[in-house]
Amino acid sequence: MTDTRTLRQGTPRAFTARKIRRGRKALAGYMFVAPFMIVFLAMFALPLLYAAYFSLFREQLVGGNVFVGLENYTRAFGDEQLWTGIARVCLFFLIQVPIMLVAALAFALALDTGLTRLKRTTRLGIFVPYAVPGVIATLMWGFLYGPDFGPFAQLAEAVGLSAPDFLSKHLMLGSLANIVFWEFTGYNMVILYAALRSVSTDIYEAAAVDGAGQWRIAWSIKIPALKGALAVCMIFSIIGSLQLFNEPQLMQSLAPTVIDEAYTPNLYAYNLAFVGQEYNYAAAVSFVLGLVILAGSYAFMFATDRRSRR
Amino acid sequence: MHPRFSRRSGLAAALAGPLALAACGRHTVDPPANVTQAQIDEAMDKPTELNFWTWVPGIEKEVELFHQAYPKVKVDVVNAGQGNPHYAKLRTALRAGNGAPDIAQLEYQMIQSFVITDDLLDLAPYGAKDIGDQFVEFAWSQVSGANGEVWAIPQDTGPMGMLYREDIFQAHGIDVPATWDDFAAAAAALRAADPEVYLTNFAPSQGAFFAAMLWQAGADPFGGSEGPDLNVDLTSPEAEKVARYWGDLSEQDLIAVDADFNDQWYQALNKGKYATWVAPAWAPTFLQSAAASTSGLWRVAPLPQWEAGQQVSSNWGGSTSAVMATTRNPIAAAVFAQFINTDPKSTATMANEQFLYPPAKAILDDPAFTGQQLEFYGGQEVNGLFAQIGESVHPDFQWAPFQDKVYADFTATVGTAVAEKTDAVAAMEAWQQRTEEYAKYQGFTVRRP
Repeated sequence: MTDTRTLRQGTPRAFTARKIRRGRKALAGYMFVAPFMIVFLAMFALPLLYAAYFSLFREQLVGGNVFVGLENYTRAFGDEQLWTGIARVCLFFLIQVPIMLVAALAFALALDTGLTRLKRTTRLGIFVPYAVPGVIATLMWGFLYGPDFGPFAQLAEAVGLSAPDFLSKHLMLGSLANIVFWEFTGYNMVILYAALRSVSTDIYEAAAVDGAGQWRIAWSIKIPALKGALAVCMIFSIIGSLQLFNEPQLMQSLAPTVIDEAYTPNLYAYNLAFVGQEYNYAAAVSFVLGLVILAGSYAFMFATDRRSRR
Repeated sequence: MHPRFSRRSGLAAALAGPLALAACGRHTVDPPANVTQAQIDEAMDKPTELNFWTWVPGIEKEVELFHQAYPKVKVDVVNAGQGNPHYAKLRTALRAGNGAPDIAQLEYQMIQSFVITDDLLDLAPYGAKDIGDQFVEFAWSQVSGANGEVWAIPQDTGPMGMLYREDIFQAHGIDVPATWDDFAAAAAALRAADPEVYLTNFAPSQGAFFAAMLWQAGADPFGGSEGPDLNVDLTSPEAEKVARYWGDLSEQDLIAVDADFNDQWYQALNKGKYATWVAPAWAPTFLQSAAASTSGLWRVAPLPQWEAGQQVSSNWGGSTSAVMATTRNPIAAAVFAQFINTDPKSTATMANEQFLYPPAKAILDDPAFTGQQLEFYGGQEVNGLFAQIGESVHPDFQWAPFQDKVYADFTATVGTAVAEKTDAVAAMEAWQQRTEEYAKYQGFTVRRP
């Protein structure tokens, strides 16, 4: 260890000077991370701690505030509404994410081959929906889905068909998945595309010399090279799916009997807190959801990690 | 223990401590028995800033009148959203112990839910106990507490009537229904005559409309509740009659069951999908902009009745101005809440420029208001008709101290049953049970009469 050696060899004066210098260096380091750490502590760590503390109480409209220990958590683990919601967003994840990531991958590969002529415009075109705020996107799709006067319904009527009711119980999850697909395919494509650009072109040249075509290059070089980026997209998608909130919350005004108060876990927590004033239980529900997300993300990382080691 | 760890957690505790304290111990006003005119004069002569949360567009005009009357008191108007988002923010600020306004707009049905959490200042000692006779009775009874408290000052109301498309009625030779039986018959006749048109729409998430229907039928589900003692009676014969009526109409596909106040619904109004809108006194103005393309085609009639020859109405919507118990300037805030809702110029501006339907008798008796002929309604004196309807609103109807939750449960039970054409009366029982369960969880003693 350098430190102990200098301590033995150096004179006392040199030692203190070094120590001061080291202290200054450390101070500079702290200064650099301070802006992040302050915001992180104040806006993330502290509210989280407070919510955890808060979830151990039960405040009633009549009767005040009492410490209840883990009672809110026991209730959450047995709460059918919460678990129906979690099952629903898991189903959403299983349907929506594979389609979205395959599409994003296909777009990224197509752009990277340089086959597409209007590369920039295409790239931008695919990415633009992500730049549209989710709220606007949902309102727009809500209009498009309209069962009486929406463009799809009108179009179907014009050709003598009846359009499916996109806002009905059976199709709602698919309609929401479509909105999220529209919003986030471009975003995932950009991540994948950026990762592809970092692959050295030497490898492609070598492959071409060996007689590999574009399909072979894509399959044997590019997709393996994208493993890390795909994992990142996957983690984002797990979190995003389980935390689904904006889209169902806005669609609620169009289909209030389909999207109930507990349609997704986040919507449930929101309604518990702001409609039912069950703030403490809402905090516990949020922590349970957080746990599920953590478990899901960890299980995914564990699975991919083991496979890559094999 | 590792020294670094203890230092870190010590810091967190030090930071979290005051946060937890701030949430519990907040400043609230202890209302005095009486506030003298001298005290009021003194307070109004002191430079003061008040914060007022409201979603009424253009209310700055009334605030300006207040500024002219009390130049030293400055009122900041904040629009924190309409309805639920407004209440969510208000509750958050009140719980946090800071950031709450001095005065906030509250709809009538929300007053009790802020009373139960001790968030409202009783305005009676601040002169409000003497102004009750300036307002229509049903409005004043909704802002009054059981022991003479005045929790808010009425701003506007919504006595229920029926807006209808005269052209559609005439085209199919349908008479304007005077009773609910007539209404059902007209629904069937219209459906047979034109499959594209429904007589009306029942919005499955509009608990406020259903509450108005219960009110008219004589059901008072939470009547007689006081503080922690809560009566819940959503399955009374009167209440079940209402549920059965709308459930039957929907089961026979005689009414539409679309969600309201969204783009789809606005288009439906414009394109004549619904021949009536059973709606309150604020609806005529609202419709003028929401369905502008149908100008001149609409008329207004009284609410259909359960018994022929009767004249009973109810109320949907309308707001009040309430003073938060956390205010640092109770006198100025109380004076402001009363001023904008009682000053003749201010109430006239509200009625004629913001088109808020007035609870103030002086305006309702004023021919300049009641005699206005609205072009959108073929020159009908709509305000005058609603002024008459207002007199037939029964003053006894009580709200739950968690009415927003009651509405949410309505959507999940009765609203869904009507929309999906399942048993609406059975859904009333489900609504009752959800409400009871929730009330018990919140610590109320529940009684089912």
